Amino acid sequence: MPDMQQIINFIITIGIPVVVLLSFILANAMYLQLMERKVLAHMQSRLGPMRTGWHGLLQPVADAVKFMFKEDIIPAKADKWVFSLAPLIFLVMAFGAFVAIPFGPDTVIFGRTVHLWVSNLNIGVLYIVALAGIGTYGVIMAGWASNNKYSLMGGFRSAAQMISYEIPMAFAIVTVALMAGSLNLTEIVQAQSQKWFIIVFPVGPVAFFLYLIAGVAETNRAPFDLPEAESELVAGYFTEYSGIRFGIFYMAEYMNMMIVSLLASIMFLGGWMPVQIFPKLLGGIPPISWINTALAAIPPTLWLLAKLYFFIFFYMWIRATLPRYRYDQLMTIAWKILLPISLGTLLVAAFMKQAGWM
Amino acid sequence: MTDDGYSLTSSIYGEKMSLTNATEKEIVQKEMTINMGPQHPATHGVLRLVVDLQGETVVGIDPRPGYLHRGIEKWMESRTYHQIIPITDRLEYITCMNNNLGWVVAVEKLAGIVVPERAQFIRMLMAELTRLSGHLVWLGTHALDIGAMTVCMYTLRERELILDLTETVTGARQTVSYVRIGGLRNDVPRDFLDKCREFTEIFPKKLEDYDTLIRQNRIWLKRTKGIGKFSAEDAINYGLTGATLRGSGVNYDLRKVEPYAAYDKVEFDVPLGTEGDVYARYIVRINEMRQSVRIIKQCLDMLPEGPIMTADPRYAVPDKATVMTNMEALAHQFVLMSKWVNMPKGEVYVATEAPKGELGFFIVSDGSGRPYRVKIRAPSFVHVGALPKMVTGHMVSDVIACIGTIDIVLGECDR
Repeated sequence: MPDMQQIINFIITIGIPVVVLLSFILANAMYLQLMERKVLAHMQSRLGPMRTGWHGLLQPVADAVKFMFKEDIIPAKADKWVFSLAPLIFLVMAFGAFVAIPFGPDTVIFGRTVHLWVSNLNIGVLYIVALAGIGTYGVIMAGWASNNKYSLMGGFRSAAQMISYEIPMAFAIVTVALMAGSLNLTEIVQAQSQKWFIIVFPVGPVAFFLYLIAGVAETNRAPFDLPEAESELVAGYFTEYSGIRFGIFYMAEYMNMMIVSLLASIMFLGGWMPVQIFPKLLGGIPPISWINTALAAIPPTLWLLAKLYFFIFFYMWIRATLPRYRYDQLMTIAWKILLPISLGTLLVAAFMKQAGWM
Repeated sequence: MTDDGYSLTSSIYGEKMSLTNATEKEIVQKEMTINMGPQHPATHGVLRLVVDLQGETVVGIDPRPGYLHRGIEKWMESRTYHQIIPITDRLEYITCMNNNLGWVVAVEKLAGIVVPERAQFIRMLMAELTRLSGHLVWLGTHALDIGAMTVCMYTLRERELILDLTETVTGARQTVSYVRIGGLRNDVPRDFLDKCREFTEIFPKKLEDYDTLIRQNRIWLKRTKGIGKFSAEDAINYGLTGATLRGSGVNYDLRKVEPYAAYDKVEFDVPLGTEGDVYARYIVRINEMRQSVRIIKQCLDMLPEGPIMTADPRYAVPDKATVMTNMEALAHQFVLMSKWVNMPKGEVYVATEAPKGELGFFIVSDGSGRPYRVKIRAPSFVHVGALPKMVTGHMVSDVIACIGTIDIVLGECDR
C-alpha cells in the first residue's frame, strides 16, 4: 500500500503537469486554427470568422462540436483497421513529443520546487525527432488505407518529403547539440545563458535557417504543403477522412507546428531566456539597462510562449505570401541544397568546438 | 498475363496495363489513371481530365468536357435575335459584356446596321472594363492554383470595384445583357464617367502590387517558366487565340486585325510574349490589363455626345419614355420584343476579341426573326484541346498551372 504522501507526491509531480500540459496543448491546437484563419484573413483584407462569439472567439468550439457530431465515414473499400489507426498514430506521436519539452526553469510555487516539464529526458531532442519519424507512418497509412488515388499520392508525397527534410533538420539539431554539448533540452537552454545559438557565428544562423526551412516542410505547411495541396490533390492524404478523424489530423498538424516552433525557440532563441538589448555593450547605460531589467522581470515561461507564437505567426505569414513548390523542386531543395549546407555547417561547428572557439 | 511472351496492352477499368514478357515474378508496371474532375478544386468548373500518371509524371491526359452542356446553340434557334442576348450572358459567365458585344456585332453585320459613335465608345469602354474583370479572375484563380492565395483575395477585391461600376451602368453585376442590337439599352449615368476615371487612377497601382507579389517571386518563376511550352507554329495549328496565342509571340489581336466597336479610333499596343510558356502568358495578360486601362482612359477622353441607338427604325428598340406616350412606338416595341423583324437571308461569321480569345458567332439566317442556326466558336473549347500537348511530360502540379494559363470557363466550353 502506498501511503498518502506517495500518492500526493505522484499527483503533484506527474499528474498535475500532465493535465496542465494536455489542456494547454488542446486549447492551443484549437485556438491556433482560429489564429491562422484570423491572421490569413487580415493579411488578405478580409475579416475571418466573426459570427461565433466576439470576433469569432467561439469558432474553435463550434468546429470541435461539428467534428464530433459529423458522420464518421469509413469508405467501403478502405482498409478499416489501418484507416482508423492512422489518425491515432499521428495524434499520439504529436502529443508524445510534448513530454520532453521544458517550459521553463524550476519554479517555486507554494513553497515547493516545481519542474516545468513532464519528463527531463537526457536525449530529449533525439526523442522528439524519433516521434516525428514515427508520425510519418500515420500519414502513409492514411494515404494507403483510404484506397483513393489522391490520398495515396498525398501519402507518398508526404512520406518522401518528411523523410527528406528530416535529414537536414537532424543535422541542424546535431549542430546545436554540438554547441551545447548535450541532447537534453534543459541543458541546451542553459548553455545559451550567455549567448543564444542563433548569434554564434557562422554556424548558428545557418543552422537556424536550415532548421526553419526543414521545419516548414516537416509540418507540411506552405510553401511545402504538397501532401495536402488543395488545388492538386483535393486534400491529400486525408481526402477520405471525415468527422472526428479529420479533426484529429487537423489538430495534430497544429500540434506538430507547435513542437517545431518550440524546438526552434529552445534550440536557437534561448528558450525561456529573456530578450536583452546588447547586455555587454550597452548594458550599463541607464535607459537601456532599465528596459533590460524590465524585460528580465517577465516570467521565463511567458518568454518561451512569446517565441513560440512568434514562430507560429511566421509560418502563417509564409503561407499567406508564397506560392507552392512542385514535387521535384521540393526534393531538389532538400537533397541538393539543404543537405550539403547542413553537412558543411556540422563540419564547421565540429571544427570550432575542437578548436575551442565556441 | 500471356505465357507466350508477346506484349499485351489491355484496358481494364480505364487502367492501362503493359505486360511485356511477363512472368509471375516480374513486377508489373502500371500507369496510374486518376480522374481529375468534374468535381475538383482546380479544374475551374466541371472540366474532367483523365490523367495517366507514371509516378508524378503525366504520360497521357484526356480532357472530357461536356458536363455543363446546356444546348445553348440549339436553344438559340428558337429565340429571336433580341432574345438571344441574355443567353450569351450564360456562355462565359465572368465577362458577359464581351459575349453580348460579340453576338450583337455579328447580328449588326448580318443586317447591316450602323451604330452611332457614342454607343460604340461606351461598348468599348464597358468591354474593356469587363476584360479587366475577367483577367482579374484569371490572375486570382491562377495564383490560387499555384498556391499564392493572397493574390486571389486582392484581385477579387479590385474586381468588386469593376462590378460596382458595371452595376451603376447596367443594374446587374455579372449577367448584364446591356448591349442591344443597334446600340445600347441605356446611356451611362452622369456620375459614371467620374467614377470610372477614379478607377483608372487606382487600378494601375494595385496591378503593380500583384505583379510584385508574384513576378519577383522565385517560387512563382520556378513553377511557371518552361512549363506548357507552345511554339508559335503549334499555337496557330492548334487554333489558340487570345493571350494564349500571343504568349507564343504571334501578333494576332482581333481588335487590331478586324476592328469592331471603336477600336480603330484608340491607341493601344498588343503585348507579345516570346517563350510561349505559362510565364510568358502571365506577362502578356498582365500587360493586356495595362493596355485596357489605357483604352478606358482614351474612351473617357474621347467619348462623343449623341444618340445611343441606331437611327434605323426597323431595328431600333424605342426607349421606354416614348413607348409610354406614343402608340406607334408601343406597337413597334411589341413586335420587336415578341418576334423581332425579318432579317436578310444569308450567313455571317464575326469574331471578336473576348478576354479568353477569339469568340466567334456564325449565324445562318433564313430570313425570319430567328436564326436558322448559330455556331459559337468558343475559345475555351479550343484551348482545352491544347491541354494534352501542353501537359504531357510534365508533372501533376503542372496540370494545374496549365489549366490556369489557358484560362478556360466551362460555361463557354461546353455551351
